[in-house]
Amino acid sequence: MTTATTLAAEVRSGERSAREVVDAALADVDSGDGAYHAFLCLLADEARAEADAVDAEVEAGRDPGPLAGVPVALKDNLCTRGALTTCGSKILENWNPPYDATVVEALRRAGGIGLGKTNMDEFAMGSSTENSAFGPTRNPRNTAKVPGGSSGGSAASVAAGFTPLALGSDTGGSIRQPAALCGVVGMKPTYGRVSRYGLVAFASSLDQIGPFATTVEDAALLFDVLAGHDPLDSTSLPSAPEPTLTTVHHGVEGIRVGLCRDLVDGCAPDVVARVREAADALAGAGAKVEEVSVPEFGYGLSAYYLIAPAEASSNLARYDGVRYGLRVDAGGEDVAAMNTATRTAGFGAEVKRRIMLGTYALSAGYYDAYYAQAQRVRTLVMQAFDRAYSSYDVLLGATAPTTAFDVGAKVDDPMAMYMNDVCTIPSNLAGHPAISVPFGGGADGLPVGVQVLAPALQEALLFRVAQVVETHAPMGAGASRS
Amino acid sequence: MTDRAELSREDVVHVARLARLDLSDEEVELFTAQLRTVLDHAADVASLDLSHLAPSSHPIALRNVLRADEPRPSLDRDEVLAAAPSVEDHRFRVPRIGGEAP
Repeated sequence: MTTATTLAAEVRSGERSAREVVDAALADVDSGDGAYHAFLCLLADEARAEADAVDAEVEAGRDPGPLAGVPVALKDNLCTRGALTTCGSKILENWNPPYDATVVEALRRAGGIGLGKTNMDEFAMGSSTENSAFGPTRNPRNTAKVPGGSSGGSAASVAAGFTPLALGSDTGGSIRQPAALCGVVGMKPTYGRVSRYGLVAFASSLDQIGPFATTVEDAALLFDVLAGHDPLDSTSLPSAPEPTLTTVHHGVEGIRVGLCRDLVDGCAPDVVARVREAADALAGAGAKVEEVSVPEFGYGLSAYYLIAPAEASSNLARYDGVRYGLRVDAGGEDVAAMNTATRTAGFGAEVKRRIMLGTYALSAGYYDAYYAQAQRVRTLVMQAFDRAYSSYDVLLGATAPTTAFDVGAKVDDPMAMYMNDVCTIPSNLAGHPAISVPFGGGADGLPVGVQVLAPALQEALLFRVAQVVETHAPMGAGASRS
Repeated sequence: MTDRAELSREDVVHVARLARLDLSDEEVELFTAQLRTVLDHAADVASLDLSHLAPSSHPIALRNVLRADEPRPSLDRDEVLAAAPSVEDHRFRVPRIGGEAP
């Protein structure tokens, strides 16, 4: 499909209209998405109106911005004023937020067009998009397979060619893992670099919004639009963001790359082979590549599956049937009974499981053993990163342990599902940026993602390295939809 | 680190009450088994001696964020109340709070 970079250039030059681009994208989704269920709803009227506004700018000789007329799919945990924002949950099935997320406003200011809201694991809890209350999303490369998750709908929209760009959120790998499984680029920025205002909270110390794209250059283009300080998010970083698009093609000459054994060992042999080929490609392009061991990453998964549920159990306490969302009245009872009836009816099994786990980890008698201990592991992982980055500029590993698995294969085994996140979690615990780049296929012909990790605020370097990986990716898997 | 008893059915029932979830007997059985598996996996972390490390609640150093105390527009009251399941007199309407006369 046409990249966002090309599309925006064509719209800005008047070569084609934003309206024509948006109408074509809406028609594509209408005719094609029955097979994938990437979208929960389309913002057809809003998108057409925004496209007309972009065209009016061009007509008037003004620049509508770097994303002029580019359709962008929005994960359904990003608030859109007056338009359904369900988070894949029955409890928010009919919720229309009274405000837009800061990233939605940023897209619009840059001329981008929010095309629709994409399917996701309920409240972003999952790695396959099977936990949506509205049915699963299918992988456009092979519809018997999951697209990964939790941002599976956004990844599928880009993989299917519906939109050149999408937004997702990544708490433990929810952008990078579906990007890997769907054969597209997915990137998690540094914690605080992109505003979380209007992102429905899952685990607030881990959540970050980031881009999906078909190319690294497009991902950098979208990241530059999203990055920046937002007074409405108290964890937003006040420093001015470093532009990344201008340096994305600067190569890797002299860059020190640590091929991280702990992000490769334990992965399927075909995935391991692709990561090693990517390391060789970087060495061939002038990087200094060495193997490095960071054994502390091995504790990340356990720590994450205590910290994230603990934060979720607190964040999701707000769904009480009082101010917005579902209310279930069991009949004349008191407010606590109404709260319980509402939450019992509104949340799906995985969300209940995580709330239970988090409530337990925070409860009297277990707080120190589980939650405080997991927070100490978080310190351990952060120190391990610091040690690795004293010798290397970036780290390299797999994004996910396997290629896309069958729909239904892991849905009854939570621990097996959680293991999908083992390579992506360390960056969330440390708040660092990381990116997944498609790199050839596995033995089954499905896409493999290679992950590049960088220290906090080193997004420009991250994109440079990712761009070189992309340039050397074997042709084949992930080149087209099934 | 002290030994911890394995998660019991009673623990699950207790935690569900804290979380305001009403679980069926079947769900209690299932969650007990599934949460045990997750906590067993976490045993590797629970058994580490990390007493020399401070816990991190956050990836970046948090600081208090202040702004000038100047009036500015907030969300529209009617728009916010329009999303509520039940409203009376510009306020959220809820069933009686425990113990209060109906």
